[in-house]
Formats: sequence, C-alpha cells, structure tokens
Amino acid sequence: MSYELIGMVVLWTFLFGYVIVASVDFGAGFFNAYSLITGKQHVLTKVIQRYLSPVWEVTNVFLVFFFVGIIGFFPSTAYYYGSILLIPVSISIILLAIRGSYYAFETYGNKGHRGYAFMYGATGLILPASLSVVLTISEGGFVDMTDNGPFLDYWALFSSPLTWSIVVLSVSAVLYISAVFLTWYANRAGDFKATKLLRRYALIWALPTIVTAGGIVYELRSHNPEHFESLMNLWWMFAISLVFFLFSVWFIWKKKNYGMAFLLLIGQFAFAFYAYGISKYPYLLYPHLTVYDGVTNDAMAISLIVAFVAGLLLLIPSLYLLMRLFLFDDKYVSGKK
Amino acid sequence: MLLFEDPVFSSRMLTLLTLTFHVIFATLGVGLPLMIMIAQWVGIKKNDLHYIMMARRWARGFVVLVAVGVVTGTAIGLQLALLWPNFMELAGHVIALPLFMEVFAFFFEAIFLGIYLYTWDRFENQRKHLLLLVPVAVGATMSAFFITTVNGFMNAPAGFNIVDGQMTGVSPIEAMFNVATPTKVAHVISTAFMTAAFVLAAIAAYRLIRGSNHVYHKKALHMTMKLGLIFAVATAIIGDFSGKYLAEHQPEKLAAAEWHFETEEEAPLILWGILDDDQEVRYGIEIPYALSILAHNDPTAEVIGLNEYPEEEHPPMFVHYLFDIMITIGMWMIALSLAYWFAMRRGWNFVKKNWFRWLIVLGGPLSMLAIQAGWWMTEFGRQPWILRGVMTVQEAATQSNYVGHMFFLFAGLYLILGIGVAVVLRKVFKNHPVEKELAEQGGDQS
Repeated sequence: MSYELIGMVVLWTFLFGYVIVASVDFGAGFFNAYSLITGKQHVLTKVIQRYLSPVWEVTNVFLVFFFVGIIGFFPSTAYYYGSILLIPVSISIILLAIRGSYYAFETYGNKGHRGYAFMYGATGLILPASLSVVLTISEGGFVDMTDNGPFLDYWALFSSPLTWSIVVLSVSAVLYISAVFLTWYANRAGDFKATKLLRRYALIWALPTIVTAGGIVYELRSHNPEHFESLMNLWWMFAISLVFFLFSVWFIWKKKNYGMAFLLLIGQFAFAFYAYGISKYPYLLYPHLTVYDGVTNDAMAISLIVAFVAGLLLLIPSLYLLMRLFLFDDKYVSGKK
Repeated sequence: MLLFEDPVFSSRMLTLLTLTFHVIFATLGVGLPLMIMIAQWVGIKKNDLHYIMMARRWARGFVVLVAVGVVTGTAIGLQLALLWPNFMELAGHVIALPLFMEVFAFFFEAIFLGIYLYTWDRFENQRKHLLLLVPVAVGATMSAFFITTVNGFMNAPAGFNIVDGQMTGVSPIEAMFNVATPTKVAHVISTAFMTAAFVLAAIAAYRLIRGSNHVYHKKALHMTMKLGLIFAVATAIIGDFSGKYLAEHQPEKLAAAEWHFETEEEAPLILWGILDDDQEVRYGIEIPYALSILAHNDPTAEVIGLNEYPEEEHPPMFVHYLFDIMITIGMWMIALSLAYWFAMRRGWNFVKKNWFRWLIVLGGPLSMLAIQAGWWMTEFGRQPWILRGVMTVQEAATQSNYVGHMFFLFAGLYLILGIGVAVVLRKVFKNHPVEKELAEQGGDQS
C-alpha cells in the first residue's frame, strides 16, 4: 500500500470515529436542552449526564487527530484549506470552545444551570452544520484559484442546494445516531421511561436522515458528475448500508435488541461513509488537489505511521479501561456507583 | 485601522491574542498535575487528610482550567493553518511528527484525568488512585515537550535542505531534536512547575490573610513555597543555559534582548533603561562582564552585537523590556521564596505578617506575567522570521481579508471564557469551603 492510501485510510477512520462519537455527544446535548424546555428533564437528564461526564474531552481529541494528521500526511491541505476556511472554521472553533468550556463549567461548577444546558444544546445543532460545510467545499465548484492563492466564493457556496442538503443531513444524522445510542444506553441503565422517549426520537429522525442522504446523491449528479459516476460504481456498498438501516429501524420499532440496532447503525454509517470516501479518492479538494500532489515525503510518512502505531498501543488499553469503568460497567451506568 | 487592512499584521495579532490566552491555561495545565500528585503522595505517606484534601481541591480547579486549555489549544492548532497556511504547508513536511504525537500525549492525559476525577472513592487502596495521576502528569509534561520542540524548530530549523526551491533530505527526528530543543523544553517545563507552585501559594496566602487560620492553608503555603523555590532555582540555572544557546545559535535575539549593538569583549549586562536614537542606553542598570558570562561563561568572551545583522532582520527593540520583566520577576521570586523558607526554619515571625503574605499573593500573577513576557520575548525576538532564516512572517501569512474581523470575534470569545472561568472557580471553592469539606470527610485533626 502506498503512503497516500495508508494515510487516507487512517484519517478517514478517525473522521468516521469523530462523526459517531461527536454525533452522540451533539445529539445528547440537544435532547437534554429540549427536555428542559418540554419539562421532561426528570426523564432524560440523569441518563444523559451520566454518559456525557467522563467522555467529553475524548470526543474533541478525535477531531484534533484528524486535522493534525491531515496536515502531517498531506501538508498541501494546510495551504489550500487553510487559505479558504478562515471564516467557517473560526466559527466552528468558537462554537466548540463555547460548548466544551461551558459543559465543564456546568459539570464542575454550577450544576443544573439552564443557560449552560441551552448553550450546549444549541451548539450541538449548529456545529454539525458548520463543520459539514467543509465537506461541501471539498466537492469543488466553490473555490477560485487566483495569483494570491485560493479564495472561497461565499455566494456560490450559500446559494447551492447541495450545501443546504448536506447541512440538513448532518443535523438529522446527528439526532438519529444520538437517539439510537441513548435508547440502548438508557435501556441498559434500566431507565425505561427514558428508553421509551428516546426510542420515539430515534424513529422520528430515521426517515429524514435516509431521505436527505438519497437527495444528496441525486444532487451530486449535476454538481459533480465525475464524483457521481464513481459513487454509482460503489452502489453495492450503499445497498448494504440501506439494508443495515432497515434492520436497525426494525429492531427499534419492535423494541428489542437495542444493542444490535446501534451496531447495525454503525455499520450503516460506516458503509456509506467509506463508500463516499472511496468514490472521492484521490481528490482532497476537487479538482485542485489530489492526494498525489499533496502527500508528504517518505521520511515523514514513515515516522507518522510508526508514531501512530505506537500511540495506538498506548491508547487502546487506556480507552478500554475508560470504557470498562464507565460505559460497560452496569453498576456505574445505572447510577449505583 | 491596520487590523482590517493588513492580513499579515492582523494574523500576527490574532496569534498573539490566542497564544497569550492559551499560555495561561497551558502553563497551569502542565504544572498543576505534578503539584496534585505531590500533595496526594505526601498525604498518603504522612496519613494526613489535609494533603489529600489539597489534591482533591486542586484537581477540581485543574479540570476547569484543562477544559479551557483544551478548547484554546484546539483554536491555536487550527489557527496555525488558517493564519499561516504557507508556513504550515512547509512545516507539515518537516515538523508534523511532534504535533501529531502531542495529540496522543494529550489523549492519554485526558483519558486518565477522566478516570481519576470520577474514581475518588472507588478504590480501597489510595495508592492505586494516586497511580492514575502518573499518566496525567506524564501526558501533560510530554505535551509540553512535543509542542516546545516545534517552537524550537521555528527558532533553529533543522532536518531538511532546500535545493532549488525543492525540499530534500527530510529527517523528522533531526527537526524535532534541533539545537534549540533542550534548553527550550527544560525552560518551559520548569517554569510551568514554578508558576503552578507560586499560584497555589498565592491562593493559600490569600486565604490566610482573609482570616482563615486553618492549618490546611498553612501546610499548603509551606509546601508550595518550597516547591516554588526549587523550580525557581532550576529555572535560573536553565535560563543560564538558554543564554548560552542564544549566544551560539541566535546571537541576534540575545543582542536585541540586551540592547547589545557592537560586537565586543567583556560585555556588560544592561537591565531596563531607555534607548536613544544613537543606540545609547540611558538610566540602565549595568552589570559589568555579566553578558559575557551569560553568553560564554567567561567574563572576557566576545559577544556578537546586533549591528552585525542587516537592519531589516532586527527584532523590535522592545524585546529588551520583555526580557527584563522575565528576569526581574524570576530573581524576585527566588528571593521571596528563599526568604520564606529561611525564615520558617529560623522561626522568624515576619513571614507570618500580612504584608509578607501580600507579597506572596502578588507572586502568583507576577509568575504568570513572567511566563507571558518570556513567550512574547521569544516570539517577537524571532522577527521578522517565522522560520528563522527560511521564511518570514510576511511570506507565511494568509491573504484573507477577514482576519481583522476574526480578531474581534476571538477577543469576545476569550473575554467570555475568562469571565466564565473566574466565576466558576470562585463558585467551586466558595460553595465548598475547606473547613466544611474536611468535616464531611470526618477526620479533621486540627
């Protein structure tokens, strides 16, 4: 395998990890805030807080891994994306900052403060929207190359239906992923009221997720025909993804196998996410930058891979410990510890 | 307004703003875990609940600071690419390795910090709980190490060649272990420990002034002042090595910091003063031979002057004051903590007077100011370069027209975060006074 491919596989996997972990987190924040408005906080807050408390820093690290890694493996992305993303990424940073710090303030300082909870919930919806813009830009058509470097055409970006479909998909996917995960988590905690409510949320958000996902594929046909064509060559991956989706909705509908439903959901998103990634390869920024132009030198690639493997050897046991203590310890989950 | 017209200037100002804010939390984030670990260890050793309580309370404050450190660290990580895209493209080829490893180190720290915080009462054996702090402290220190190697690389680029505009012979390890790395890393880590100790001492002294006569605060003050003294002395020794590094490898930075214009032997060290148009220093404090000693350990050695360098490569002259602030505060903190330690041994009473305790309170913010002055000095002192001798800040900056707007957006963010931290920390400790908490733990020996 070439270094470009190894680098891309690793980075794409981290981004996928972030999508799942962050979705659970973003959605949990939203449901928590929503339950405060509708007066159902006694049902939800406990189970959500119980899950969020020990893992929130971990979520952020996935994102940092991705962007530090992509600059390491493909330094040219720093030049292209660095030049055009000043405003959208700055806004994302500010939202992430508000979210992260206010969560910590609430948890460690001022328990039960409604303002913090609302802030946490609102940023949970705006963040996926603002981050997903980066994916839209990478589809090409929004960047002008000038003598002074690349510039982003904001008008073209915000008047494109593709942009808004991706925004809608990101938000509904966040709510869907989060609701399915929390249904399982609440069920494990033996909190059946919360399970019932979250199950309803999961069913509500299943349909918009799959409909917008289909719509985006359709829009790509006119926006980026080349990408659309390579997407179609991977139709079987999307078909598998769809089957997984149907099974997980079925389980949730039938109120059984919530754990399996969540695993199937991960499978569903994994197939769709990797199919999208593979179909886009080798473009990093369509049509200006490919992985071949952007890749780093061999010495750096090798040392990054070595560092990555060594890092994983250190992290996986630590993460296992964290999970065992908080996620999979039934006594902790149900609040007895 | 220049902020809106010149993207290079506004990029520099936004980086200055973010780093200045981040450094407060990064410094305490590196320094505090060691203090917490020492306190808990002493508590277990002496079987003294007060020290355990120190660890517990400091950890509670630490986690709030870490949260802000994480988000501002994410901000500066992304801003490096947003504001200096050309630099990051080049740097990505050579110095991406430690940036990448820093994330691992932080991840490691975050995982164990999470576990540590939520398991205070889950272990029968306190020692096992203390063990969880080791990866936290190691992770924090390694983060500082990795990031500082990147700063070292900016000052002393190594591990690559540029032939006809093409980069060849890249060695990430050589880039990481550049000549600036040893002194810089040692300096950053020891000052972080020193600052964390003096900030904690300032809090303890403040509580004592405010009328709490609890032995808990006295123990905290005593321990942190001693630790502060140790790390302040270590910092002074490392600072001497830093001087020698600068004289050897970045003489223009040392010369600018010292207002040393003509290359000469037996060079004196000048503190403070005013510079006139003819490169003459007035009202300064002159210490004969001291610059030659600092630079080469030899009172007669020759020290290179700034005029050896073309004028467009001169750093701004105000770095001299930043250098002086750093040095003066460092010396003052050694004197203060030494006086405290000596007087406590001798049983002299003046250290227990309020005026002396106020000096200790002042020492906390002063130490933080010294950290800031040191970072400002090293960054302004590298100007006009972002990568010394290879790339200037002018060449590195983004062309975007909106950096000025982002500056105000981020200034607003940091203001809100700053106020938030202050309010939350006050609340955390006000709602849980130490007396009450000790009573709850059921073993107040005093």
